[in-house]
Amino acid sequence: MSGLLKPADAEQAREAIAWAVAEETPVEIRGRGSKASLGRPQQTDYQIDLSGLSGISLYEPDELVMSAGPGTPLAEIEAALAEHNQELAFEPADYGPLLGVAAEAGSIGGVFACNLAGPRRIKAGAARDHFLGVHGVSGRGEAFKSGGRVVKNVTGYDLCKLMTGSYGTLAAMTDLTFKVLPLPEKTRTVLALGLQDEAAVALMCEAAGSPHEVSGLAHLPGPVAARSGVSYVAGAGTSVTAIRVEGPGPSVEYRCDALKQMASGKGAVEELHSHNSAALWREIRDVTAFAADAVGSERPLWRLSVTPTNGAEAAKKIQDQAEGEAVFDWAGGLIWLSLAAADDAHADLVRGAVAAAGGHATLVRAADAVRAAVSVFQPQPAALAALSARVKDSFDPRRILNPGRMYPGV
Amino acid sequence: MQMPEPDQAVIGRRRELIQALQRIVAGEGVIYDEAALKAFECDGLTAYRQPPMIAVLPETTEEVSAVLRLCHEEGVKVVPRGAGTSLSGGALPLADGVLLGMGKFNRVLEIDYENRCAVVQPGVTNLGITHAVQDEGFYYAPDPSSQIACTIGGNVAENSGGVHCLKYGLTTNNILGLECVLITGEVIRIGGKHLDSEGYDMMGLLTGSEGLLGVVTEVTVRILKKPETARALLVGFQDLEKAGDCVAKVIAAGVIPAGMEMMDRPAIHAAEAFCQAGYPMDVEALLIVELDGPAAEVDHLIDVVRGISESCGAVSVRVSESEEERLSFWAGRKAAFPAVGRISPDYYCMDGTIPRHKLPHVLTRISELSEHYGLRVANVFHAGDGNLHPLILYDANQPNELERAEDFGSDILKLCVEVGGVLTGEHGVGVEKRDLMGEMFSKADLDQQQRVKCAFDPDGLLNPGKVFPTLHRCAELGRMHISRGQMPFPDLPRF
Repeated sequence: MSGLLKPADAEQAREAIAWAVAEETPVEIRGRGSKASLGRPQQTDYQIDLSGLSGISLYEPDELVMSAGPGTPLAEIEAALAEHNQELAFEPADYGPLLGVAAEAGSIGGVFACNLAGPRRIKAGAARDHFLGVHGVSGRGEAFKSGGRVVKNVTGYDLCKLMTGSYGTLAAMTDLTFKVLPLPEKTRTVLALGLQDEAAVALMCEAAGSPHEVSGLAHLPGPVAARSGVSYVAGAGTSVTAIRVEGPGPSVEYRCDALKQMASGKGAVEELHSHNSAALWREIRDVTAFAADAVGSERPLWRLSVTPTNGAEAAKKIQDQAEGEAVFDWAGGLIWLSLAAADDAHADLVRGAVAAAGGHATLVRAADAVRAAVSVFQPQPAALAALSARVKDSFDPRRILNPGRMYPGV
Repeated sequence: MQMPEPDQAVIGRRRELIQALQRIVAGEGVIYDEAALKAFECDGLTAYRQPPMIAVLPETTEEVSAVLRLCHEEGVKVVPRGAGTSLSGGALPLADGVLLGMGKFNRVLEIDYENRCAVVQPGVTNLGITHAVQDEGFYYAPDPSSQIACTIGGNVAENSGGVHCLKYGLTTNNILGLECVLITGEVIRIGGKHLDSEGYDMMGLLTGSEGLLGVVTEVTVRILKKPETARALLVGFQDLEKAGDCVAKVIAAGVIPAGMEMMDRPAIHAAEAFCQAGYPMDVEALLIVELDGPAAEVDHLIDVVRGISESCGAVSVRVSESEEERLSFWAGRKAAFPAVGRISPDYYCMDGTIPRHKLPHVLTRISELSEHYGLRVANVFHAGDGNLHPLILYDANQPNELERAEDFGSDILKLCVEVGGVLTGEHGVGVEKRDLMGEMFSKADLDQQQRVKCAFDPDGLLNPGKVFPTLHRCAELGRMHISRGQMPFPDLPRF
């Protein structure tokens, strides 16, 4: 027997999970399903679909706060924020096209459950840094809450942090409260052309260490830049390193000039204004260069978070042994790698390079069989793995919520 | 304040425990002399005092690990302590517990400017990090008022904030990696120099866990390049409501200042008398708004904020024209606590957070409560993020005044929760607000938090008596109450 349970409110979500607990039946917890293939493949007879818990329940622009149900489309949230000149400052990426599904199909629950972030991560943080309060149902079938609606709050453990990046393995979130911020008044992007990966990372680290509050630092090697939809980037005919500044007009102009000075010794320099800037950073955020349609879904896609100055070397080490392309974000600290298809997705090679660089790697896209065979998330040392399993048990002792999605048996 | 009943059997084994600890930590690192133990009897919440059974001051992670393993095996409670500046009693010792002082972990291990981070030991002071990197023009952003003395380990335990966290975030937003020892003695490393540690966000969970989950032995912090300029406005209002309105309008205009502080009349007068900051004395509310960044940005935003202030009915606006003047604006605010200490024998500092727009209502209620309890109150307020610090003035030598001050404080915190806020914004629950947790959380909420505690410390040996009003055994918390039933909403389509 199998089935889909689609609760309409938090109480029905609790009933559905309580039923699964009593039956000892594992369930897949999903929002709108746009990232269902992210993580290890799951084999559950039942799904609990939270798309019915949808809608913005609170939005106070002056207080910089919003609450919404987990199934609320991200697009709906972004539209409501745009009306008040606000946004989610952590710039959540849209993984849809990477995973071979439609764009703009994700939910706010998915954004937090996967701890998404975009290029502004280096300045504004990730989803984790903007999550203020949560209501959820644990794998014990019990409703609980944590946090609140104010930014400064140290009352009790910060369970919101545990929820972010837990991929629905600890609880089904039924209501989320998060911080929102004003849109920057103006945006400019400085492009440095023709830098090798190492030199690009060095420039990005120099810019990040400047007082210019840079809000995006990415590097597209030549063949990747050539596929951009932004004509200045595609037509550069070489690699493109992008440096973004945002803020009030006079400040942006001043900082843009200073960064152009910094980059000018290293190669040709261009400047993108608002419209092209927005388009380029959306491409970088969503890694459109490696969308399933663009490179073929059989090519495994890795996401590496590493010590920024070690990024270029780690990517090179991998590309020396496997055909692949890289996109660098976060000043070199985030590397997206699209590699030649392989049964093991080159996992040992990737993880070996990451171990040397300091950081972790996630296999974002690969065939089900590959994701079942290799660790999708970075394997943890024994003591930390045991602790993770105990934390899982503290929420979900029968391991019925998305079991095995992150680690086998957890 | 009821603390867990001391275990006489443990106290009876004190001599053996001292010897066992001396085998781990040599020389003067194990303290058991009564007079010496008195030095640890309280933290910044001085109303509660209790010398520990033994204090131990390890110097290495291996020693911390061995001490915790020993305590775990022997069933002995452990209270970790940094500099002891907690305002909520987070480091209050236990009569049958070992106090684990981390003061000897005072080295900056590595500074990595290229990757904009520093690896430090937990006993390094908050300001010590900035001092270590300032020659290269960098600083560590969170700046609690106690930053000269408080340690980064304590900042992690409490998730400390400061006046600049509106723009730059709290401790939890400014750390990249932790090394932490569990009660079993196991050492775990989380994160590093990269962003977003893998797996469950244990770093986020440990930050603000008040020493109940593990003992931090190394911290990797983000460091930032110092802004090119910073300027501040000093804005006076004839009533608090207008000042509150001004704060909301600044934020609504899309300006996120580096800091935005408010003081009420009693706080202004106390501060002015204490350090002659040049504050206007004829206003009911004073705002300090600081803007930082390149000069072009700061000058532009100063004009924006000045315009908003004037449209909100400000009666005085001063803009700092020099670094000296900017610092003088802050001098009074930063000295607000000692300033209040001078006009009253004792004061009790509260720490609720409220939605900003509730400020006028909350301040009106606080002044009504002040009359009701017959105790004066001065308010300083991190206006930008809604974090309120009412200072209740009392005299501990007067009969019942401490109790009255505590009751007054509880009423303020309940009021904060009632209007949609929280019990503590940055000082922590500790012992002080422990018994108020039920105001904000249901039993189910607290049980789930305690189950997480059980995942780290199943015997409840790390800092017991803090944060949770009632201690449950982990076995009891783990029990499930299952009622088998019908499939919910069976009429839904299935496949």
